[in-house]
Amino acid sequence: MARVRTLVITGYGTNCEAESAHAANLSGSDQTDIVYFSDITAGRVRLPGYNFLIFPGGFLDGDDLGAGQAGAIRWKYAKTAEGEALLGQLRTFFEDGGLILGICNGFQLLVKLGLLPALDGKYFERQVTLSNNDSGRFEDRWVTVRVNQASPCVFTKGLDQLDLPVRHGEGMIIPEDNATFSRIVTENLIALQYADPATGKPTMEYPANPNGSPMAIAGLTDPSGRILGLMPHPEAFNHPTNHPGWMRGETPKLGISILENAVRHLKENA
Amino acid sequence: MLFRVEVAPKPHVLDVPGRRAAMRITHELGVEVEGAAVVKTYTVAGLDKQEIDRVIEAAALHDPVSHVASITPLAHDFDWIIEVGLRPGVTDNEGRTAKETLALVLGLDKARARSLAVYTSSQYALSGKLDPAQVEHIAKDHLCNELIQRFEVKSAAQWAEKPGFEPRAAQVTGRASDEVLTVDLAAMSDEELMAFSRDNVLALSLEEMLAIREHYAAPGTAERRKAAGLPAQPTDAELEVLAQTWSEHCKHKIFSADIDYENAETGTRQSIQSLYKTYIQGSTAAIRKSMGAGDICLSVFKDNAGVIRFTDDHHLCVKVETHNSPSALDPYGGALTGIVGVNRDPMGTGMGANLLCNTDVFCFASPFHDEPLPPRLLHPRRVMEGVREGVEHGGNKSGIPTVNGSVVFHERFLGKPLVFCGTVGIMPAQVGGMPSFEKRALPGDRIVMTGGRIGKDGIHGATFSSEELHEGSPATAVQIGDPITQRKMYDFLMRARDLGLYHAITDNGAGGLSSSVGEMAQDSGGAELDLSKAPLKYDGLRPWEILLSEAQERMTVAVGPDQFERFMALAAEMDVEATDLGRFTDSGTLSVSYGQKPVALLDMGFLHDGTPRMRLEARWERPEAACQPQPAVEDQAGLLMSMLGRLNICSKEYMIRQYDHEVKGASVVKPLVGVKRDGPADAAVMRPVLARKEALVLSHGICPKYSDLDAYWMMAGAIDEAVRNAVATGADLAHMAGVDNFCWCDPVQSAKTPDGRYKLAQLVRANQALAHFCQAYGVPCVSGKDSMKNDYTGGGSKISIPPTVLFTVLSVIPDAAQTMTSDLKQAGDVLYVLGLTRPEMGGSELADELGFSDCRVPEVDALSAKARYRGLRKAIKGRVVNACHDCSDGGLAVALAEMCIGGRMGADVDLLRVPASPDCATSLEVLYSESHSRFVVSVPSGNVPSFEKLFAGQWIAPIGRVTDDGALTIRNGGAALLRCGVDDLAQAFKGTLDW
Repeated sequence: MARVRTLVITGYGTNCEAESAHAANLSGSDQTDIVYFSDITAGRVRLPGYNFLIFPGGFLDGDDLGAGQAGAIRWKYAKTAEGEALLGQLRTFFEDGGLILGICNGFQLLVKLGLLPALDGKYFERQVTLSNNDSGRFEDRWVTVRVNQASPCVFTKGLDQLDLPVRHGEGMIIPEDNATFSRIVTENLIALQYADPATGKPTMEYPANPNGSPMAIAGLTDPSGRILGLMPHPEAFNHPTNHPGWMRGETPKLGISILENAVRHLKENA
Repeated sequence: MLFRVEVAPKPHVLDVPGRRAAMRITHELGVEVEGAAVVKTYTVAGLDKQEIDRVIEAAALHDPVSHVASITPLAHDFDWIIEVGLRPGVTDNEGRTAKETLALVLGLDKARARSLAVYTSSQYALSGKLDPAQVEHIAKDHLCNELIQRFEVKSAAQWAEKPGFEPRAAQVTGRASDEVLTVDLAAMSDEELMAFSRDNVLALSLEEMLAIREHYAAPGTAERRKAAGLPAQPTDAELEVLAQTWSEHCKHKIFSADIDYENAETGTRQSIQSLYKTYIQGSTAAIRKSMGAGDICLSVFKDNAGVIRFTDDHHLCVKVETHNSPSALDPYGGALTGIVGVNRDPMGTGMGANLLCNTDVFCFASPFHDEPLPPRLLHPRRVMEGVREGVEHGGNKSGIPTVNGSVVFHERFLGKPLVFCGTVGIMPAQVGGMPSFEKRALPGDRIVMTGGRIGKDGIHGATFSSEELHEGSPATAVQIGDPITQRKMYDFLMRARDLGLYHAITDNGAGGLSSSVGEMAQDSGGAELDLSKAPLKYDGLRPWEILLSEAQERMTVAVGPDQFERFMALAAEMDVEATDLGRFTDSGTLSVSYGQKPVALLDMGFLHDGTPRMRLEARWERPEAACQPQPAVEDQAGLLMSMLGRLNICSKEYMIRQYDHEVKGASVVKPLVGVKRDGPADAAVMRPVLARKEALVLSHGICPKYSDLDAYWMMAGAIDEAVRNAVATGADLAHMAGVDNFCWCDPVQSAKTPDGRYKLAQLVRANQALAHFCQAYGVPCVSGKDSMKNDYTGGGSKISIPPTVLFTVLSVIPDAAQTMTSDLKQAGDVLYVLGLTRPEMGGSELADELGFSDCRVPEVDALSAKARYRGLRKAIKGRVVNACHDCSDGGLAVALAEMCIGGRMGADVDLLRVPASPDCATSLEVLYSESHSRFVVSVPSGNVPSFEKLFAGQWIAPIGRVTDDGALTIRNGGAALLRCGVDDLAQAFKGTLDW
């Protein structure tokens, strides 16, 4: 069994690094390091030394220029002190079989970096974006998400439905064009959909679908299934008392089961 | 040359910001617009055309999937267009990010990057039949705050003739200056001294001006100053530093004053030496003594926040601040600065704390205000939305959950809104093997300023907020916070703390460097500061302005010579600006220069202790208040619906949901509870150390509506409300600390405040109540603040806020599972009322709703309440109860309705069974009296014996049961007095602020 070495990257406005690392630890990660972006540019930490990469939620650059936009440009242009491009490290990390999880602002960063949905294996080409919620507002509320059983995503294997909090202002998927969108659907790159808690069916109804995302998209995967980006926060449901109904006896599966799947995949397949 | 890069959504993309702008103009301003489109504009200085083309090609400023970017105007098909940009010198966060992004994309070297500037603005292209006056109304009263922003308007015809707006650089132009002026106080008459103080916003009294003059006239002073290269008379910088340090805001002169208090009601006289020392510090000292070995306090009143014990290896600290005056002028910037500003208090407490959660309480006039506004005042709805958004951006972008708060409405908050922002932090018990809650700058330590740069923003903030608001209040007092610059600094400082790279830390708030360095220099015994090294946002600041600027996002750190190199290297690596500004000394003086030029030499003793003590008079006479009969009410169900929709009672869900209340993944009880997550919670609970089960409980109480009757009971009520909210959620009286935030109207007798003696008597009584009830409950105050000049004068009128105290409670429980929420959970449960209902209708929501006045202010019986609170803690800990809610605004009826809404369950109760005093004559009194210390508790029938045993001998009674019939039925004996469907109740509760 492989050792799971998790890297949680923070800095420049990311703010969910501690609970993301805690969720990784609870999920069985053997080693979990929280590092700043600057630790990577300083050359102190290299991505290829890890096999599970988490881009946590937060407000990279305060969402200025659009969520994740400035962060994506930083990743694209930044080099280490020795002149190595960071993007090259990221590419190597992924090609070596690593898993990448982007949560909320991390998901926004992944689509803006072009790591999702990567149709035709075109990684690092932006094909969709995440933009303003239909309501025009930031909102914090719990939603129910349904797992697409046909998606190749390794993070959602064996899961059916989850309750998770969303906390974002820019969560609506906008594709480059209709063809792109159709292929995302037909190639099952939709990993998670907002669902009506009563029926478990994907929904476009507010507030069960909190941002008006088409096809109720809450999370996307890539063709390999090794990258997941999602707007809801699995790491924020790390304890039964996180659930808003825990005192009413509502104790569904914890959100960190998404991370448990990632750890299991790495242990079994590497 | 300036270029404009315009960014607009592609045709297939919904313009959400545009649609929202149109909706808000229509709803909030009442001006019908058919549609709006928003074009974002970046005005770039310092690049050539080729580089601009590369910026667009690389999609640096826009998202190529959803947006287009162009250097030619993009707006089209509109009737009017308004462009809104920032005025020079106003913080432009997005402009800063754009600048950094462009420098990276173009690979600019440092010098080129420095000469690059980006200024953001927004165009609103409006469609609709609007006349020029309406367009100006939209610009001035909704889109643009002319204090910090500018706007331009074009009609469709003007645009057709000449499309686009001229590019404008919001650049501050000025030259570096080392000008230091001398102020010849010796030559001034009393009138001239006062005129000087007023004209320069020093807010110094004549007595204080004379004390300064006398200090400079002391023998030997002129010689000492001459030796240091300074004139005998004070420099402008010295007067400014003295004014800021001695300001009411910093020095709390009214709370430190000698007060002659006459109580005309009892015919007694009392002389009080410092309200603060006597009642606040005094009560805390007494409580700590009685706690003995169980004392939870570690550091009280001396640091930026109060520190209490949490677990063996962690402490908690808490601070609450107000940011009222800036929020009155610019609600968004004022509130944003308020929240990111108070974040720096825990950050600068002891060796620095990690930030855990925020609490925000606002006081406004009605957002539905429809009378003409006095000059300079903004409409309450605009104030409310601006403050809401400022706190949203400040809290959410900093990654700190807003877990607790409330909004209080009263017509007199039209004169000044109150914006309370509080933050709880957590610190490891030890840092580098030493207690974390202590720190000390040592002689020889470098003075290092980290974070943002210095501009003219916020100059005179401390003195300004020590004055009333008037038509000519200075615009420079307004700042806009930058949460991301602060976040980066925070990330760096926490790492530096854990690596042991500094000796002491404090924040730059009121008074800027003069305060932070001045305070830290008290530890070492002096400091030498060179202002020419300070990083500036732009040239043109004089030395005293650099010294006094309240530009945000800055911390001052004392770094030992052996730590210095590593500290600076880490800052550079983490992209945080850190500048060496001098050193701490033990010379006994604060010595300030600009390069070689001496700017100020201040004696540390005089600076911190030279303020003449104020002597004030207070006289209490109970105001006459009529006790009018309650009108008869025919439609009891309709009354309950109206009560639920009242501003002070109704759901604030629209606001709560726009605040991230669960980042950090530690939330246990959220602000909204129940089956549909729309019932009100009494307090917030979180589990700060994720791998452990210990929890903190955070709550507050605030009841300005009782101040006009008796500020003593206003204070007692606020303390009780905060404590009972915490207890209702599971908190333990034995591990509870308080924070007091006083907001008063000017209580100093003068021509413009002819009722100053009465207002000061209110303050005295509130302090007496604080001491009495904190001691009665054993809850020590560990931190606090006061804001004493919350008055407005203008247009011939004066508006003074009702004296207000926010009392915040922080409590610790050993297990997060030992908590409770207010929503009903099980049909068949027995509903109990705990505590006695008295006919205390004074200041009540019902009195206001029905338009009668009542003189009977709710009083607090702490002795019986304390036993009840202890019993409730045991009941919740033992899981004997299923739901618990306190009775507050709107009394028993509203509490019951809220519990039904939370659980979407019914209840059937009988008022005759409610424990009530014999003089409670009417059902209206039982339903709506706001007597304190009461709860409604839902108990499973099997638990009734064990529950009743916990409250043996106390005022409790079963009043009915939880039902599954979906209706709240309230009886008076047999017949139903009212019956309301729970869905109807929910609708009434949620309708008022369903924005």
